Amino acid sequence: MKSNKTHTPPKWAERLLEWYCRANVLEDLQGDLHEFFDRNLEEKGPFRARLNFVLDVFKFMRPYTIKKLEIFNNITPFIMFKNYFKTSVRSIARNKLFSAINVIGLAISMSVCLLMISFLSELFSYDKFHPNADRMYRLMTTNQFLERDPSEFASTSILAGKRLQEEVPGIEASVIMNNGFGGDAKIGDKTIPIGGLWATQDFFGVFPAFQLLQGNPETALAEPYSVVLTEEAATKLYGDDEAMGQTIKLGKEDIYTVTGIIKKPPHNSHFTFESLGSMITYENERKETPDDTYWIGWNNIWSNYVYVLLNENTSIAQVSASMDKIVAEENAKDDRVKNYISFQPLLSIMPGKDLSNNIGKGMDTRILWLLSGLTFIVMLSAGFNYTNLSIARSLRRAKEVGVRKVVGARRKQIFSQFMTEAILISLISLIFAVFLFYVIKPEFLNLDGEIQSAARLLTTPSLFAYFIIFTVLIGSMAGFFPAIFLSKLQAVKVLKDAGSTRLFKKVNMRKVLIVVQFTLSLAFIISATIAFRQYKYSLAFDLGFKTENILNVRLQGNDVNTVASAFEKIPEIAEISRSMMIPSVGSTYGNTIKYEDPLDSATMYYNTIDENYIPLLKHELIAGSNFESRPEQEKEEFIIVNEQLLKRFDIGTPEEAIGKKIQINRNGDKVSIRGVVRDFYYSTVDREIKSFGFRYRPGQYQYLNLKVSTTDVIGTMSKLESAWTEVDDVHEFNAMFYDERIEQAYSEFSVMFTIIGFLAFITISIAALGLLGMAVYTAETRLKEISIRKVLGATEGSLIKLLTRGFMWLLIISSLIAVPATYFLFDSVVLAESVNRISIGIVELSSGVIVIFAIGFLMIGSQTWKAAKSNPAETLRSE
Amino acid sequence: MKGTNLGEFEELVLLTIAALIKDAYSVSICDEIERITDRKVKLGVVHAVLNRLDKKGYVQSHLGEATKVRGGRRKRFFTVTHAGKATLHKVKEQRDQLWSLIPEFTLKLV
Repeated sequence: MKSNKTHTPPKWAERLLEWYCRANVLEDLQGDLHEFFDRNLEEKGPFRARLNFVLDVFKFMRPYTIKKLEIFNNITPFIMFKNYFKTSVRSIARNKLFSAINVIGLAISMSVCLLMISFLSELFSYDKFHPNADRMYRLMTTNQFLERDPSEFASTSILAGKRLQEEVPGIEASVIMNNGFGGDAKIGDKTIPIGGLWATQDFFGVFPAFQLLQGNPETALAEPYSVVLTEEAATKLYGDDEAMGQTIKLGKEDIYTVTGIIKKPPHNSHFTFESLGSMITYENERKETPDDTYWIGWNNIWSNYVYVLLNENTSIAQVSASMDKIVAEENAKDDRVKNYISFQPLLSIMPGKDLSNNIGKGMDTRILWLLSGLTFIVMLSAGFNYTNLSIARSLRRAKEVGVRKVVGARRKQIFSQFMTEAILISLISLIFAVFLFYVIKPEFLNLDGEIQSAARLLTTPSLFAYFIIFTVLIGSMAGFFPAIFLSKLQAVKVLKDAGSTRLFKKVNMRKVLIVVQFTLSLAFIISATIAFRQYKYSLAFDLGFKTENILNVRLQGNDVNTVASAFEKIPEIAEISRSMMIPSVGSTYGNTIKYEDPLDSATMYYNTIDENYIPLLKHELIAGSNFESRPEQEKEEFIIVNEQLLKRFDIGTPEEAIGKKIQINRNGDKVSIRGVVRDFYYSTVDREIKSFGFRYRPGQYQYLNLKVSTTDVIGTMSKLESAWTEVDDVHEFNAMFYDERIEQAYSEFSVMFTIIGFLAFITISIAALGLLGMAVYTAETRLKEISIRKVLGATEGSLIKLLTRGFMWLLIISSLIAVPATYFLFDSVVLAESVNRISIGIVELSSGVIVIFAIGFLMIGSQTWKAAKSNPAETLRSE
Repeated sequence: MKGTNLGEFEELVLLTIAALIKDAYSVSICDEIERITDRKVKLGVVHAVLNRLDKKGYVQSHLGEATKVRGGRRKRFFTVTHAGKATLHKVKEQRDQLWSLIPEFTLKLV
């Protein structure tokens, strides 16, 4: 066989042999096996040869070949630990600049990670307190209208819940809830608002973890007009008096009896409530009007929630298979709207999918991924710093490694020495990081209402355990490469070659790390700039009407005219109008309308307003006229529409459209177009303008819009507040300036901008620190070279160029990667679906590059300048 | 220290080492025994025996020079120690004594 040389025994078998075999037997045994291997190769071919080799390796596991348990060997690292610790502390203390750079960078990024860890650990603790959480599911509905995109709801229909209870086997308990319970509770002459849910009898069968302190869990919600209160709600209503058996007047003078007191739902429950009303009450009330069966219809999926607890030996597949039959049956009855039902495991509700009509809190898993990803990038950046600087500094440590090796240190020991050092640094950083964590924690919680409601970020002992594990992990990862690198050094080479710079020639990884680091920083800066510009753009956008000095007051159930007349007396209030909702802040109301063609229908978004609204908000009427004041009972007769609606139904010019009839109700009611307003953004500016109409329906108002003309905002507000209290002393005055409300609507952008901006700042700082470290190192190691060059006549300028060039190349490469990547990300992913968006131009893209180059040049330039300016006589004299 | 008794295979190995003089290492011992006795000899067995003989003090070993074969590993050469020689002699004497007691015709092969 000619190819003998290419065949070798399996590597792993050899390693195994080396691992178990005693040193004094190893060599000749290995030789013997090789000799037999070669022989077998010729006689029996490579396969048999390898097989025999492996078998032999196992056969030679005998008492006399296997190593003794060398306790002494294993204990050495522990004995040496003290020494490692000491050398680590000394080396940290000696290189103050480098240690500081590392500690600062790690501490900052770790504080962000700690925040993320506590956030995640809190979110993933949601609903774990339910004993049978793994068998609990929520019904989730996917609603599809004709061929349009389906949308997913956390809610479902009562019918689905009822049919599930009656027809689907394998269910231990199930509960149907509706979120319409609650209102102003009257006790004696007191009125206190309480919120809550309707729930069927079996609520406590599904959720035994919601502990009933008083009352019978089986019957508490069985009778009509029963209510279960949380301890807090009971105290709120009755003070210290016994609440059980008391009565509450709620809604239309209905008398409810308190049949149970329940512990307050824990913070990490995805839904909470103050009170539970018996669902049977809700049903009985609906049954009073037998003609209206919509509430029990298959399509009324908007505010009912169904939770089930499966039997222990039932699989969810069986249950959903039976449910699918019901779904198919029901969907067959309606040829336009389809509702598909799926089962969502309780534990994947929070955090989970982004669903509409959530019963309580919601946190999109994608947001979590995004945040974790960004945090990871920040951590990576700091880790790179450590790795880079340590490898750079290892020049100084090479001799130490050499001496240790000569004295008898093994590779493993050197490795663990440097790992110890890295972990030590990261533990020091942890101390600072925890302080920083407490500083940024409240800031983070205040960023967004959603975050605030979902997390409290309490620090628990287990959290600190996580922190420490995490820190050790970070230390090991950051220290891994330097440790590998240093432990690989060969004693002879290190000690012989005094300069040993040659050893480090091949370390290109450093450059790669710098490029990655700066690419990420650049991407961050550019993203932050774009997010900021988009936010400002959305705020400053011309919506098509004026929002300055408009104060929107929520009526909260009070009579609109009473409140209006109370406010009219205040001189600073120039004008008052009434409306059903506040457009342009995200939410919309819509209904289906038709024009002449009975088969052609479209969604019209609408607001119900009074005759003062259009002039107050300075909507531009292009044709026709405004509404006129009309008495309340009269039938709806007129509508004012936008231009898009005319286009949608091809009605013609605004002038032509006046007087045309539109059908706005299912029962065929028609209204005629009285006026046409210029298109305006009734939803958020990133969404397209579609058909919109202003309707005139007194009695539907929810808001007062006040035009305020004052310089003393606070004084006016307190006047308004006292006027409000005269009308309604139960609810708090709830008013907000339109502009503020709009800002709130775009808080998504502002949160995004704040988070990305903050992380950008951190990554840049860390990267800059790292660059500074590298620059110091380069200048230091090349100081003699620089001096000699200078002696030979190099100018300072040329020296700076020489030293800076390498780094600048790295920065240029980073920009070449980061700029197109970020542009692509925003242009075709993040902002792709927004209608009104900034065009990403030179300014946004170059801002980051300029910042990075400025920082880079400052860091490198200052160090090289220092080196170039130094007096050659000083540096060369010592040699 | 194990007993000084010499097993059958041990005796064979020890004799082979003596016979191979300076060239006795595990593989060559294996081969030689195979050649003489015509029975399959496993390396593992020979190894174990060599180890036992070493413990009993009948052989001593030293590492040879590295060569290109055997993956560059050195061979461990074995030589019979004085104790080994003495034992071999003793065994032979005992056998001879027994041989001399047997009448010649009893063992004559047909």
